[in-house]
Amino acid sequence: MQLLVCISKVPDTTTKIAFVENNTKFSESGVQFIINPYDEWYALVRALELKETLGGTVTVINCGKADNEQIIRKALALGADDAVRIDLDASDAMQVAVNIAAFAREHTFDIILTGKETIDYNGGVLGAMLAELLDLPYISLASKLEVQGDVVTAEREIEGVKEVVEGKMPCVISAQKGMAEARIPNMRGILASKTKPLQVLPAVTAENTVHVNAFSLPADKGGCKYVDPENAGELITLLHSEAKVI
Amino acid sequence: MILAFVETAHGTLKKTALEVVQFASGLGEVTALALGSIPDTELAKLGQAGATKVLHIADEALNGMYSRAYTKAICAAAGQVHADVIVMSHSSTGKSVAPRVSVRMQCPLFAGVGALPENGSMRKTVFSGKAFADLAYQGGKAVISINPNSITPVLSDKAATVEPLACSFDDRDFDYTIKQTIDESGGHIPLPEAEIVVSGGRGMKGPENWGPIEELAQLLGAATACSRPVADVGWRPHHEHVGQTGITIKPNLYIAIGISGAIQHLAGVNQSKVIVVINKDPEAPFFKAADYGIVGDAFDVLPKLIEAAKKLKQSA
Repeated sequence: MQLLVCISKVPDTTTKIAFVENNTKFSESGVQFIINPYDEWYALVRALELKETLGGTVTVINCGKADNEQIIRKALALGADDAVRIDLDASDAMQVAVNIAAFAREHTFDIILTGKETIDYNGGVLGAMLAELLDLPYISLASKLEVQGDVVTAEREIEGVKEVVEGKMPCVISAQKGMAEARIPNMRGILASKTKPLQVLPAVTAENTVHVNAFSLPADKGGCKYVDPENAGELITLLHSEAKVI
Repeated sequence: MILAFVETAHGTLKKTALEVVQFASGLGEVTALALGSIPDTELAKLGQAGATKVLHIADEALNGMYSRAYTKAICAAAGQVHADVIVMSHSSTGKSVAPRVSVRMQCPLFAGVGALPENGSMRKTVFSGKAFADLAYQGGKAVISINPNSITPVLSDKAATVEPLACSFDDRDFDYTIKQTIDESGGHIPLPEAEIVVSGGRGMKGPENWGPIEELAQLLGAATACSRPVADVGWRPHHEHVGQTGITIKPNLYIAIGISGAIQHLAGVNQSKVIVVINKDPEAPFFKAADYGIVGDAFDVLPKLIEAAKKLKQSA
């Protein structure tokens, strides 16, 4: 089976967020970039597992400039067979979706996997956009994914409910926690990744539909009001009569 | 006209339904759209948050979420009322449907917005709650999905008129089958919708010690949550994990017990209106983000909180 995994480059989860250029641009200074955890830990690893049991290939695709190749090589080191980088400094999910859809239309994929959202812009919309652009079924927020013949069975964990959903390939699936266990690339994988094919394609024209005027950071809290542990019940009174939240 | 797509479950409006209508009414005159089996009397309540009319496609095939069928229904309703803007919740349903609607209607998608447009932009949280982005919006066609718990509905006693809407579906609109739906909430409020959340971390020492957290949560009408290490070792189910790689929540009150407050955990909860931190380590970084703190052992503090919460409940 042919699997396409969409990966995004995001700042490491421990990054202290700051902005430059009059708060219009994320400050990349000193920031360690990683593959978006949902894309790597769940979507990519599950794709690799499916390939290992059912055969086929795993292609990773990323929209970004040349400096994204470091994270793309990591995906190859983890076991992806080949990679595509679309040369696009994307700032909008729709642009990314239009570009990945253009690539997917030219090829044959049984499943296109994305993470449930990126941890930088938190849109969580790429998978559904791809499904609509490619006229495919979309199963979102899957925490489990099995394939038998051309049938996919997924568990979706949503607001207090678990749904078992069955669909047919080809389809688009977004992955969340539970779908797989994160892997660490081994030395053989790292060495192999250096020679695996990484194709760079020009971007197709797609309008940037959403612009960020400015970024900002949450205001500092006014400080913590401490309650004596011996008299902890006082907290309930404060929450009721001062903060008025209970 | 603004179209507010509202979600329902088991014949009642979801909590997000009034939030969506309230937000939409800040943009203009609102027609709401509801799908599946739900009584008209329940839908008329959407008038309380500002909807003048509710379109209802009462097809019971729509009781489950099928993103393609829902997209068709929303686009049909938007066409019928000439809606420029379509508002829905940034829930699991909204995340599956809003991007499809945006592609099909060829209009921009503002996903996960937290407040009405102001000074030419709409604010959403980015970097998993560590920052905000103001997205340019000068009016015009748009699909907007709003974060649960971001909007407080201001209710009147008005009722909306409910009209049936016809929409025909074919097999292609139901392009997967929902085989099974398992309620995992245990009758509790779903975490993303909860206004109060009581959360435990490694400081609780083991799954057998969660009794007092659950008792306090029950007394306060709260949902329970946990930190990532707790979910990873299986003390609590994964769907309770809040943080950067878990669920991002925005309750009115977040009570963190035995959680040190790693940056990844804070990212998932720092939009809570009031944060309470209970930790025996006075140096725990979480206290810097807290409104109220107790430096003490959770096992001593929790019984006192439960007792006080019981008294409060009796006096109410």
